[in-house]
Amino acid sequence: MTTLVRLRPTTPPKRPGRLAILGAPNSGKTTLFNALTGHRAKAGNYPGVTVDRREGDLQRRFGADDVRLIDLPGVYSLEPQSEDETVAVRVLEGGFGEPAPDGVVVVVDATTIERGLPLLAEAAALGLPVCVALTMIDELKARHGEIDPAELEQELGVPVLGVVGNRGLGIDDLGALVSAAWDWTGSPSLSRGAEAKTPEDRFAWARAVLGACRRQAPEPNRWTRRLDRFLLHPVIGSAVFLTFVAFFFQAIFTWATPAMDFLSGLMDGLADQVLVALPDTAVTRLVADGVIRGVGAVIVFLPQIVLLFTVILFLEACGYMARAAFVVDRVMGWVGLEGRCFIALLSSYACAVPGIMATRTIPSPRDRLTTILVAPFATCSARLPVYLLLIAAFIPADPVLGPFTWQGLTLMGLYFLGTGAALLSAAVFKRGLLRGASLPFYLELPPYRLPRPSDIALGVWDRAKLFLRRAGTIILAVSVVLWFLLNLPRRPVDPELSVVENQRLVLEGSYAASAGRLLEPVFAPMDFDWRINVGLVASQAAREVMVATLAQIYAQEGQDEEGLGVLLSGSGESGSAPLLSRASALALLVYFAFAMQCMSTLAVIRRETGGWRWPAFTFAYMNGLAWLSAWLTFVLASAAGA
Amino acid sequence: MDRTLADVADASDGRLLEIAEVTGTDGDSRRLREIGFCAGAPVRFIRRAPLGDPAMYELRGALLSLRRSEARRIRVHRAGA
Repeated sequence: MTTLVRLRPTTPPKRPGRLAILGAPNSGKTTLFNALTGHRAKAGNYPGVTVDRREGDLQRRFGADDVRLIDLPGVYSLEPQSEDETVAVRVLEGGFGEPAPDGVVVVVDATTIERGLPLLAEAAALGLPVCVALTMIDELKARHGEIDPAELEQELGVPVLGVVGNRGLGIDDLGALVSAAWDWTGSPSLSRGAEAKTPEDRFAWARAVLGACRRQAPEPNRWTRRLDRFLLHPVIGSAVFLTFVAFFFQAIFTWATPAMDFLSGLMDGLADQVLVALPDTAVTRLVADGVIRGVGAVIVFLPQIVLLFTVILFLEACGYMARAAFVVDRVMGWVGLEGRCFIALLSSYACAVPGIMATRTIPSPRDRLTTILVAPFATCSARLPVYLLLIAAFIPADPVLGPFTWQGLTLMGLYFLGTGAALLSAAVFKRGLLRGASLPFYLELPPYRLPRPSDIALGVWDRAKLFLRRAGTIILAVSVVLWFLLNLPRRPVDPELSVVENQRLVLEGSYAASAGRLLEPVFAPMDFDWRINVGLVASQAAREVMVATLAQIYAQEGQDEEGLGVLLSGSGESGSAPLLSRASALALLVYFAFAMQCMSTLAVIRRETGGWRWPAFTFAYMNGLAWLSAWLTFVLASAAGA
Repeated sequence: MDRTLADVADASDGRLLEIAEVTGTDGDSRRLREIGFCAGAPVRFIRRAPLGDPAMYELRGALLSLRRSEARRIRVHRAGA
């Protein structure tokens, strides 16, 4: 057993296979990664968008087909303090059961080059081949700054390339560089940087390196300064913000309605076509009522989803989100949290799942857990269809001021309600079970950047696909299961009665109806009908299912001529009884604002906290709070005569 | 040269300041130094958030937000005064 044939080549391959992309937060790593791999990972103009490592293959057009790129979360140094930074360092050191990467691309923002070079020194100290990508070269030039990558390359002894990631400039050169052999060895100057032990030494080294090159530091970004003076002004800034938000919520009602009506007509037409074209069997009705009308009732909200994400992505990409964190940080301080918690909460407005993952940037475990526990209160896009349906049905479209109506203001109020609940719960948790000092908070405020419309469009397209995929998977699955529960057990057809009357009898005696009635004691105080109860149970899987459920029930009752909202409020010409009083509808809205009704969120909480304890706790306290608040709303609204 | 030391939290105008030291030896202090608040670095107060805290500073060409509690750790004196 002494001699084994060596199968592996003794000489290492000339071009190593895996290359890590390392850089400070918001230095443009993900944009670069996307440009090199052809991926479309989410990038944004604020720090901390990437919280996990991500891998992708270098596009073949650059000349090599065996280069794997690893996009890392942004780090300020290789001595990690938060979980996302730990991920970055572990990848570089060869964690996660994978070998250490074979080389590192250090991404340095050319406009703040002095702050980026110390990380290069730390990367060089790892002993791996390094090269440098100077991003935002266009912005540097626009601000009359100057740096010659060739000169820097001379000084450092490793390749330095200027790139503009989002415009693709310099990407070909970088692609060609990493396609060739990575035999980069640094100059004595770089070695001196690698030997530096303290941050002071590394910054002094960075200054020395830059001093050896002809370099013109960029002027302050005038536009950013001017906009900040305006947008961060206590009075003007708040007024601009509130007007913008109110306008946005109003737009969801007024602008998106035509597109929504169009989709709605499309779905109804499709369901009718199916009913006419196919023989009247259970399968036909499953397809028409369960699938097309059920899932369709959710899909019609696509225009609103698109609008919501257009605004969110624009605000992220232009640099305003980081300002929002800056403005609100004081409030977060009162609550006992730091600004990074706010960033995580902000992403939860799209969906709590990435929001909870974004808590990995929070160094303090207590702050992180608190943020995870309250993030599901943020008004995620899954709540939007339910809100829109109920508001359109029960809140008058009367104008309040200028273009703003009660409907738009109610929607805005619900968003504020979710935010308030998140902050108050966080304050309670931080004072109670998760007491602990806050860690220092520093936030880099990027310059304002005009996002490219195509970037926004691609991002919105991704979100729209996600929404449709959700409709086609979880919502479809629940709708189909629900259809069976609404149609079983079968009963003999009574020839004396019409088809619709027979269907109603089946519905009234169905398993779903029994379950809904079983829950009546729980929701009777809010005057919820068994149909609502069925919806509430079904929407535990995903909130939008509420809309799908109601659509199915009405379809089965033979009422599919009028809009769902009209039927709910009983305002239609058919004179059908309303399903909800206005007080009950308000209670239902509040219930949805607070309740934990999302399997994916519970699953991600379990993953991030490592057990069922915290998801169970979140489920219990949020639903408890939802019930109490809904009941209180019902009592108050009834007293007020709603 | 005016050597009266104060912290950067006291700055309220746009004059250029020079960092003298970052107090403390814990992880927080190290992190402040890692993001560039090192002795000798010039720093400038830009503005306070509308609610009075945190404040925005210009450091090595970037805009950074610090809460008052962190800004207290950064001792400064006027540059070139």
